[in-house]
Amino acid sequence: MAEKMAIAKAINESLRKALEADPKVLVMGEDVGKLGGVFRVTDGLQKDFGEERVIDTPLAESGIVGTAIGLALRGYRPVVEIQFDGFVFPAYDQIVTQLAKMHARSLGKVKLPVVVRIPYGGGIGAVEHHSESPEALFAHVAGLKIVSPSSASDAYWMMQQAIQSDDPVIFFEPKRRYWDKAEVDPEAIPGPLHKARVVREGADLTLAAYGPMVKVCQEAAAAAAEEGKSLEVLDLRSVSPLDFDSIQASVEKTRRLVVVHEAPVFFGSGAEIAARITERCFYHLEAPVLRVGGYHAPYPPARLEEEYLPGLDRVLDAVDRALAY
Amino acid sequence: MTVESTAARKPRRSAGSKASTTGTKRTTRTTPKKGGEPDVIQLLTPEGKRVKNREYDPYVEGITPEQLRGLYRDMVLTRRFDAEATSLQRQGELGLWASLLGQEAAQIGSGRALNDGDYVFPTYREHGVAWCRGVDPTNLLGMFRGVNNGGWDPNSNNFHLYTIVIGSQTLHATGYAMGVAKDGADSAVIAYFGDGASSQGDVAESFTFAAVYNAPVVFFCQNNQWAISEPTEKQTRVPLYQRAQGFGFPGVRVDGNDVLACLAVTKWALERARNGEGPTLVEAFTYRMGAHTTSDDPTRYRHDDERAAWEAKDPIARLRAYLEASNHADEGFFAELEAESEALGRRVREAVRAMPDPDHFAIFENVYADGHALVDEERAQFAAYQASFVTESDSGVAAAEGGR
Repeated sequence: MAEKMAIAKAINESLRKALEADPKVLVMGEDVGKLGGVFRVTDGLQKDFGEERVIDTPLAESGIVGTAIGLALRGYRPVVEIQFDGFVFPAYDQIVTQLAKMHARSLGKVKLPVVVRIPYGGGIGAVEHHSESPEALFAHVAGLKIVSPSSASDAYWMMQQAIQSDDPVIFFEPKRRYWDKAEVDPEAIPGPLHKARVVREGADLTLAAYGPMVKVCQEAAAAAAEEGKSLEVLDLRSVSPLDFDSIQASVEKTRRLVVVHEAPVFFGSGAEIAARITERCFYHLEAPVLRVGGYHAPYPPARLEEEYLPGLDRVLDAVDRALAY
Repeated sequence: MTVESTAARKPRRSAGSKASTTGTKRTTRTTPKKGGEPDVIQLLTPEGKRVKNREYDPYVEGITPEQLRGLYRDMVLTRRFDAEATSLQRQGELGLWASLLGQEAAQIGSGRALNDGDYVFPTYREHGVAWCRGVDPTNLLGMFRGVNNGGWDPNSNNFHLYTIVIGSQTLHATGYAMGVAKDGADSAVIAYFGDGASSQGDVAESFTFAAVYNAPVVFFCQNNQWAISEPTEKQTRVPLYQRAQGFGFPGVRVDGNDVLACLAVTKWALERARNGEGPTLVEAFTYRMGAHTTSDDPTRYRHDDERAAWEAKDPIARLRAYLEASNHADEGFFAELEAESEALGRRVREAVRAMPDPDHFAIFENVYADGHALVDEERAQFAAYQASFVTESDSGVAAAEGGR
């Protein structure tokens, strides 16, 4: 019964299914109720599940995550929405000092199955604080799991799995891809949440990405193919844990790796991947691991974001540099 | 020293028309006040004299001499435990201790107001509340010794882990209370915090959420006058209990060194919560007689005469005076309690000294509930490193022995 749907709709359907399946699942956040969220991801849920389960909260991110922790302690499974990436920081304290650590500090007696949904990334021509990619700031924190789907099918299934997880999951939604459509089969049996997937096979170089950059990498691989270069595209899907085994397997085959993300390159997830893959694949590599990403500058005004964001040409430029070794 | 300039009356908003279960009609009658000071609810004077209070007397009306002795016992044993922990820190058995000295009445009074089904969210100083919940005092010491970061099961006593980040737990309490309300459960939640925490955004947000969702939570602020070195004037320009008014729920100030008043006021606030009347802020006006923690040196920021003034209002002395004057306790009771107190000190001492260091691999335990590939990898690396270290020293010993 596969159906073609947009990523936003796939998340909506996934939340709906979770709300139906488990009375303990709650959806909460700013404007998630009557409005259905500023991106309409929660459209219609409050109408069908009521204000007690799809909760419009006060405009206070720390309060949203802090009360979600309390609800989780009471046995609920809250899925909270942070309206935009740049607004998560008031909740950063609750996420880092409380949500991430409570399982460990209770010696495993407390579980906090909280999902924090964050529409992230640029490319939508937004004002300041609406286009950021803060995933590395969360990946640095033990106790959190961080995922980012790139397709509607993944969005649907990864949300199901994130809600079922007994660990807190930061769920980064590629907001500029919300309206990209793909087949979603609600009857399918999904693979593991934290496993990378080869979305295009290739022999000469591996492009590793997640979330919004997977599409760019696929386009880059298609363009490179026209020039006779065979690029493998790996959708990492999960930033914490990172599936180094899959990256290693791909790099041992292609011998070259370029990591692509919107987030700034400096201390980004690409840096971690480069370090570990260099360690794991030292004798396989024909070139240093290269990274393509944002600059060490505040996310620029919308008229400059095309220059800031890694696009097809910047990815291909890095591919050329890697192949030149 | 707090800001006492606002000659305010208690903002006792009558929340809803639902009568309280004790059926008392609350009035605006207040205890007599000195010029310009906010009203403080008091049932026992510092000299141990029982004063009448029409609003709150009903909440302690049926209290028996045995229960009064129980409150006294709780306070004495809590203070003894606390003193033992301070000594253990001085002896190097604990890395740190946060003493509750002086706050026994606030904690025992509020702690004994709770029902079994109620849930507590403490700071890191609620040793007296933990005692009331039946948490073994030795469990509290693990984190101060450095063998764990808490580790007790919050659900076995409905007593959450100590929270060190100031004010964070007030949001957890509020969320938990929202869950209680969703479940239609007949219980309430209490969040402890201090005068310093009252400045935290999380506390303000918890007030907002609790008010908006009418959550069954009592915000119990122990204003012990000092946030490490900063007096309450550095946190607020109005008496703290008045903050509640702006959020739309009642706030009251209670004599935090009066165990009976703390019991009565907390019972009232919990009853409101259980009756669906929403949150309440209780400011227990008390004093931190000791240092902030064993690492602190209060002589740098406050005078001894301030402490002396508060010693005259000691929570334990005043209940003892009342018990003696009313013949509710005899010498035998006090002597027996003294012996019990010493036994508790001994037990705590022995338990701490016997507390083993955690296994090295505990670093990697419970980081995640469902596991994490990186944690597994690093655990294996650590194990390999440790194994290599052991092998080298073993072979070193073997070589040395072989050379003899």
